[in-house]
Amino acid sequence: MRIPLSWIREHTQFPASGTPEDLMAELVRVGLEEEDVHLPEISGPVVVGKVLQKSPEPQSNGKTINWCHVQVVPDGQTQMLQGEGISDDGVQGVVCGADNFEVGDKVVVTLPGSVLPGDFRISARKTYGHLSAGMIASVKELGIGEDHEGILVLSSLGLDPEIGDDALDLLGLSDAAAEINVTPDRGYALSIRGVAREYSHATGTAFTDPASLVGVPESGSAGHEVILDDAAPIYGTPGCDKFVARRVTGVNPNAPTPPWMAARLRLAGMRPISLVVDISNYVMWELGQPLHFYDAEKLTGAIQVRRAAAGEKLTTLDEKQRELDAEDLVIADDSGSIGLAGVMGGAATEVSAETSTVLIESAHFDPITVSRTKRRHRLPSEASKRNERGVDPLIAAVAAQRAVQLLVDLAGGTDSGEVTEVGEPVLPDAIAMDLQLPQQLIGVDYSTEQITQTLTDVGCRVETGQGDSLQVTPPSWRPDIDIPEALVEEIARLVGFDKIPSRLPAAPAGRGLTLAQGRRRTVFNGLAADGYTEVLNYPFCSEAANELFGASDEGAAVAQVRLANPISSQYPVLRRSLLPGLLDAVRRNVSRGFGDTALFEAGLVFLPGEQIGSPELPALGIHPGDAVINDLKDGTPHQPQHVAVALTGHSAPEGLGDAGRGRDWADAVEAARTVAELVGVQIEVVQGSHQAFHPGRTAELRCAGSLVGYAGELHPQVVEAENLPARTSVMELDFSAVLEAAPSIITAEPISGYPQTTQDVALIVDDAVTAAALQATLTEGAGDLLESIELFDVYSGEGIEAGKKSLAFALRFRAEDRTLTSEEASAARAGAVALAAERHSAVQR
Amino acid sequence: MSTPENPAEHDDVVVPHPLDETAINERVDAALVSFEAAGDLDELKAARLAHTGDKAPIILANRQIKSLDKDQKKEAGQLLGSARGRIQKALAARTQVLEAEHAARMLVEETVDVTAAPVRRPLGARHPISVLQEKVSDVFTAMGWEIAEGPEVESEWFNFDALNFGPDHPAREMQDTFFIEPADAHLVLRTHTSPVQIRALLDRELPVYALCPGKTFRTDELDATHTPVFHQFEGIAVDRGLTMADLRGTLEHFARAMFGPEAAIRLRPSFFPFTEPSAELDVWHPDAKGGPQWVEWGGCGMMHPNVLRAAGVTDPQYTGFAFGMGVERTLMFRNGVLDMRDMIEGDVRFSQHFGMEV
Repeated sequence: MRIPLSWIREHTQFPASGTPEDLMAELVRVGLEEEDVHLPEISGPVVVGKVLQKSPEPQSNGKTINWCHVQVVPDGQTQMLQGEGISDDGVQGVVCGADNFEVGDKVVVTLPGSVLPGDFRISARKTYGHLSAGMIASVKELGIGEDHEGILVLSSLGLDPEIGDDALDLLGLSDAAAEINVTPDRGYALSIRGVAREYSHATGTAFTDPASLVGVPESGSAGHEVILDDAAPIYGTPGCDKFVARRVTGVNPNAPTPPWMAARLRLAGMRPISLVVDISNYVMWELGQPLHFYDAEKLTGAIQVRRAAAGEKLTTLDEKQRELDAEDLVIADDSGSIGLAGVMGGAATEVSAETSTVLIESAHFDPITVSRTKRRHRLPSEASKRNERGVDPLIAAVAAQRAVQLLVDLAGGTDSGEVTEVGEPVLPDAIAMDLQLPQQLIGVDYSTEQITQTLTDVGCRVETGQGDSLQVTPPSWRPDIDIPEALVEEIARLVGFDKIPSRLPAAPAGRGLTLAQGRRRTVFNGLAADGYTEVLNYPFCSEAANELFGASDEGAAVAQVRLANPISSQYPVLRRSLLPGLLDAVRRNVSRGFGDTALFEAGLVFLPGEQIGSPELPALGIHPGDAVINDLKDGTPHQPQHVAVALTGHSAPEGLGDAGRGRDWADAVEAARTVAELVGVQIEVVQGSHQAFHPGRTAELRCAGSLVGYAGELHPQVVEAENLPARTSVMELDFSAVLEAAPSIITAEPISGYPQTTQDVALIVDDAVTAAALQATLTEGAGDLLESIELFDVYSGEGIEAGKKSLAFALRFRAEDRTLTSEEASAARAGAVALAAERHSAVQR
Repeated sequence: MSTPENPAEHDDVVVPHPLDETAINERVDAALVSFEAAGDLDELKAARLAHTGDKAPIILANRQIKSLDKDQKKEAGQLLGSARGRIQKALAARTQVLEAEHAARMLVEETVDVTAAPVRRPLGARHPISVLQEKVSDVFTAMGWEIAEGPEVESEWFNFDALNFGPDHPAREMQDTFFIEPADAHLVLRTHTSPVQIRALLDRELPVYALCPGKTFRTDELDATHTPVFHQFEGIAVDRGLTMADLRGTLEHFARAMFGPEAAIRLRPSFFPFTEPSAELDVWHPDAKGGPQWVEWGGCGMMHPNVLRAAGVTDPQYTGFAFGMGVERTLMFRNGVLDMRDMIEGDVRFSQHFGMEV
């Protein structure tokens, strides 16, 4: 909401020297946030001049220029302005390219030293053989119109000022505006009237309600018939509960908009269009009441306000034909609908350059009806913005009268004396407020007088209520004040939030982070210390990426969460896997010169089940019951937290005697172990398969028997398709599942001080037997004396039959209660070998 | 009586007679001189072999004792024992000196350029958005608060209706919501962390003091100051007799924890559907770029009675306050991040600059 300063000054004590910043500094204290400043774009000596001489001089380029003498000080006076190029005798010589003015016309002269919009600096300069000392300004150069050729002849605006008058003041071009952000609850502040009241609250100074300056006639003759006929109110609220119509005849449709009005509208951010249209906008800005003007001669029969028939057609002011919804509220006459109520008028009954009789509509519409129609037809406008936030239902007649007055004063119209006023708007109910409530909510001991005075200032009617309470009736323009707490807000706001003391509440003794929250940090910090850099990617994903990374089997049906309004149509679904985003980040880093990259991400993935959402949407302000709430909770898709890593390049740079080790599938498997072991969980690694992974280098990760993820090298085809470095390896774990498997308490194991005995065993097995499987068998077969087992060699080739391999393990034995003999260790080893022979046909090498 | 062996039998070594004190002393002196002359452990080893080895004159002389007469054996034994003792003592002394010299020299020779130490295990880094959320969480858990969590795809009821956003209220429209298909599923990507308020209250016994950090979503295009995916933290407290003074006290404590002891806060009237009264929150940032100043930080207020009712809080003795701030915004003015995209793109340089801290 932009506020031209001259306008707010008319109704408040805002000082003449005040700047937009000064105004915003006051308003922000009552909750109208500063947004922007709009300063005049023209400065310097810009004055009214009279053309004394105009000599056409044809030029060699075919153009004709006018060499002019312009008088810029009144007769008999001398020039008081000083500056280079300003003549002492008060007559400026000016070269002018335009021709739409005559000797004797009063025009706007920009003297040397002035600056026009676009930082266009005026100076005396030699041109076409003359010293041109200034400019006769066009409307475009002054920033008040589009016509570049047209010199502004002041008589065309109905102006006959004194020569030498300040033209900026005359045209309202020295005014500035403050722009504030109005929160959606306070529709009344989308008007000079509302802002003036708030300025008065903020400063404690007097203000004049612009509505009080308008003398609404007590009654009039019967006006245009208006019928309110809403057959389908939304939530029981009629679409229109107040409609005022007034008729003004003999309007001159071509009368110019006075410069002060045009200037204020421009500063307010609205383009002046024609006087009649400008008047409706001006009244809206001043009083907050959107108006609609009809060409009365284009109306046929009574005006009806009704819901549209489904499929009914209406061509709106923007010349678009719209198909209406049965919920749309329309203004109609015998010809059919002629406007979308409160949103946009129809083209057929629009005022035009031929209109002489204007029918003014000033009505109060149901905010929800307006809001839905605006959204349905995507027609946001200054009118709908106010109507959907709630307009003062008692201002309609005032605004209509203000428009009549302006049409009479400025457009030469005549008030027909007819007044139509139908409907009875619902006004805010009285609210009972306990006098203790303000203190209970704010912590400030407000006096009863303070409470009563503040609420009265806001516009409330305050009466003594039952017991220790007040009966407070909010003003008609504050539909947002609907509960006692809203009254408290008014009290706190006007007395000042800076009066609120500071007190630190004592929460009950807490338990700190939950086990899972603490463990997540351990893991993320552990991965970072281990060389992984954390990234946070968007969860938006392509369907193809979800189908590839979000399911192990090719072509499997994959349930996806789909966005109705994605940012990009390429990414219409939510991720089932962290890998697509992570690989994008890898690619970005590699392309920026970081080929040795190890990344990790922890984030939610979206795995919808049978139930998608819940058809029920319980109402505001009630607890809908546990069953409904559980259904709402069940309707949100399963969203476990995953952890994933991606690795490329080397784990350490080559050089300085360090070989530099290439990252591969084993790093990915190790990352899974790191994550799990950091929270006390053992991960089981099994040879597996996943369509996105290298078929021979895929580890299936299991935790307590369940599949929790994959690790390994990406499939070379995926690497190529995704434009990634060769051998890029990844790991992704269902971290929520891993955390679930983590023990809450870890039980100690006794430490034996007796010496260990180490024995090695090398076994030849088929290639298909995995190290993990063989190790598990050896562990089982070796029995309780085995302390640890470690794979230290894998060999195939010379000396080993084709299709077989040799795996060598170091077995370490120790007893808790004695020194082991070598016989005991050998027996345990033999047990291990025997079981390996039985299970895997393993033969000692 | 036996005759001493002929010295000529032992190569060129002249073996002194075991009773020839003068000759023995000469040998001892010769040994001492050669030990002293040894410049390093290798030379000393050669000298040792020459004077204490199997073929050393004194050792050979010693061997001849057994062939002497009984009464001569004792004298010769004393003579040679003393000689060997002196030699051993000198050898030990010299060994100690040379070993010390050797050790010292080795340490010098092993000198490296420690400034050329290679990076063998490069450190990774946490993302500052995550670290900041943890830091904020720590401030509140230290006050006894809990950290609450909720889903990112959320029911519209939790995201809007329970928070007193009416179905047709302009504020609902202003949230630029991502909707999930189908429309009648009433699911959205949560537009703020506020739905966790409702979940936290529904799931816990009163009183509740909870902080809810997490990801949030709005349909903004990514540019230097906007991103469709961002992070917030939301705080709620519901207890007997809480007032806006408690809200102010909590926020002041929090501001000082984040911005130092000189930080302060300022509340400005505002509007949110889920609070009444509502306030915008500015923080006095003593270390701001360009000098100390007020910076917009977030929103807050007393919980709207409709919100408390929706969350099943019906006892009128209980009041509550709520507040919320953006993580990215906080990072931008607290840590001088200039471009939102730096936080999104996953360029390792961004996080690695911060390391494990923020």
